[in-house]
Amino acid sequence: MTTATTTPNSAAKQSSGAPVIQMIGVSKWYTPEFQVLDACSTSVQKGEVVVVCGPSGSGKSTLIKCVNALEPFQQGDIFVEGVQVNDRATNLPKLRSRIGMVFQNFELFPHLTIMENLTLAQRKVLKRGKDEADAKARKLLQRVGLSDQAPKYPGQLSGGQQQRVAIARALAMDPVAMLFDEPTSALDPEMVSEVLDVMVELAREGMTMMVVTHEMGFARKVANRVIFMDKGAIVEDVPTEEFFGSPRSERAQLFLSKILSH
Amino acid sequence: MDKIVDWFSIFWQESAEGTGTYAYTLLLGLQLTLEISVIAAVVAFVMGSIVGVCRTLPSPLVRRLSGAYVEFFRNIPLLVQLFLWYFVLPELLPRDIGMWLKQVPHSNFYTAAFGLGLFTSSRVAVQLSAAITSMPRGQKMAATALGLTTRQSYTNVLLPMAYRIVFPPLTSELLNLIKNSSVALTIGVAELTQSARNMDSYTFQTFQAFTAATLIYLVLNITITAVMRRIEHGVAVPGMLVAK
Repeated sequence: MTTATTTPNSAAKQSSGAPVIQMIGVSKWYTPEFQVLDACSTSVQKGEVVVVCGPSGSGKSTLIKCVNALEPFQQGDIFVEGVQVNDRATNLPKLRSRIGMVFQNFELFPHLTIMENLTLAQRKVLKRGKDEADAKARKLLQRVGLSDQAPKYPGQLSGGQQQRVAIARALAMDPVAMLFDEPTSALDPEMVSEVLDVMVELAREGMTMMVVTHEMGFARKVANRVIFMDKGAIVEDVPTEEFFGSPRSERAQLFLSKILSH
Repeated sequence: MDKIVDWFSIFWQESAEGTGTYAYTLLLGLQLTLEISVIAAVVAFVMGSIVGVCRTLPSPLVRRLSGAYVEFFRNIPLLVQLFLWYFVLPELLPRDIGMWLKQVPHSNFYTAAFGLGLFTSSRVAVQLSAAITSMPRGQKMAATALGLTTRQSYTNVLLPMAYRIVFPPLTSELLNLIKNSSVALTIGVAELTQSARNMDSYTFQTFQAFTAATLIYLVLNITITAVMRRIEHGVAVPGMLVAK
C-alpha cells in the first residue's frame, strides 16, 4: 500500500463499454450574470480514478456535486451508468444511493454512533435487515481500521478517524462510484496520510473514483487522469503523466508551479 | 405562633362559592392552569414543528405560507388573539356553525388552550427553523447523498439534532406558556390567577391570596426547569458540549 509507484493503477484502465459517469456540456449559473460551470464535458470509465484540481472558486466541488444532483444545473446532461441525472423522471434517492460521496467536513451524523452512521442509509434506503447492515458495517470498519470505535460517537473521534468512517459509510451502500470533495482539506497535517492510505487502497482495488483534491502526490500515485479546471471550465483533461510532464495550458503550468514548489 | 396560624387559617375556611375550602379553590385553579398548559404545549410543539420545518423547505410557496403563519401569530397580542377566537370568530363563521361553536361546553377553556398553543407555536417554529438552518449545510447534503429522501433526512438526521439545539429555549417557552395561561381569565376560565382573585374578592385577604398564587407558580416552574434540565442532559450527545 505504501510502496511508491509512479504509474497509475492498471486495474481497469480505459475499459471499454459505457462510462460510469458521463458529463456532456454541463453549465450552471447561480444568477444570470454569475456562471459557475461552463460547458463541462468529461467521462469516467469503470475502475478509473480521475483527480479534479484547480484554483479555489474554479467550480471543482460544484462539478462533482452535479454528478449526484446535489447541485442542480441548467444546461447539458449527466449520465450515471446510463441513467440521466437531470431527467425529472429519474428516482434521485435511488441514483444517489449508488454513488458514494465523501465531504470535506466529514458530515457524520453527530447524534448517532459510528455503527448507526454506517447502518442508517443501508436500512432506510436499501431496506437491509439489521443483521445484514451491522455485518456490512463491521466489515467496513475493520477495513478502515476502526473496528473498536463502533459504539462511540463522531464527536469522540479525531478528524482523520471521522473521515475514514465517512468513507466506510459511503462504501456500505455498495456504490458503483465514489466522489470525494476535498477529503483531506479539513484535516490536521498528520492525519492526512491515514485518509489518503484508505483512498489509495480503494483506488488499487478498482473503485471508480472522482476526487477533488490538492494532494498532487495522491494524483501521481493512483490517478489515471487529471482534470484541471479554471473559471468553471475544464481546461485540461489528460492522462496523469502528461499533466505532470507537460501541461498544455499556461494556467495549469502556473498552478502546478505554485503548488509543487513547496 | 398564633399569628402565623391565624394568617394561614383563611385557606381552610369554607369558600363563598360553596365548593370547599379556599385552598381547594386554588388547587382547582392550578388544575385548570395545568390542563390548559398541557394542551397548549402539545399544540405549540406539534404546530411549531410542522411550521418550523416548512420554513426550511426549498419550496417558495411552502416557505411563504409558513412565514405568513408565523407573522400572524406572533405579531398580535395574545390577549387580542384570545378575544379574536372567542368573540369574533363565531360571528365571522356561517350562522349555524357560529351558533354551534358558542354552545360547545367549556368553549372558553378550549379557546384558551388552543389560542395559547397557536400563539406559542409561532415562537417554537421560529426557534426550530433557526436551529435547522444553523446546522452545517453539509449534514443535509450528506443525508441526501446517501439516498435518504427529504422526509427521511429530516426525521433521522436534521430534527434529532435540531431539537437538541432548541431544547434550552423550548424550556423558556414552556415556562412562558404556563405564565401566559393566566390570560385565560379574561374569557372566564377560573385558572390559578382567577382563583386567587376570587379568593381575594370574597375575603379581602389580598396578601394571602396572591402570595399563595405566587408560590404555586414559582414551585411549578422551578420544578419544570429542573425536570427539563435533567432531560437535556439525558439526551446530550456524547462528545459534544452541553452547558452544565
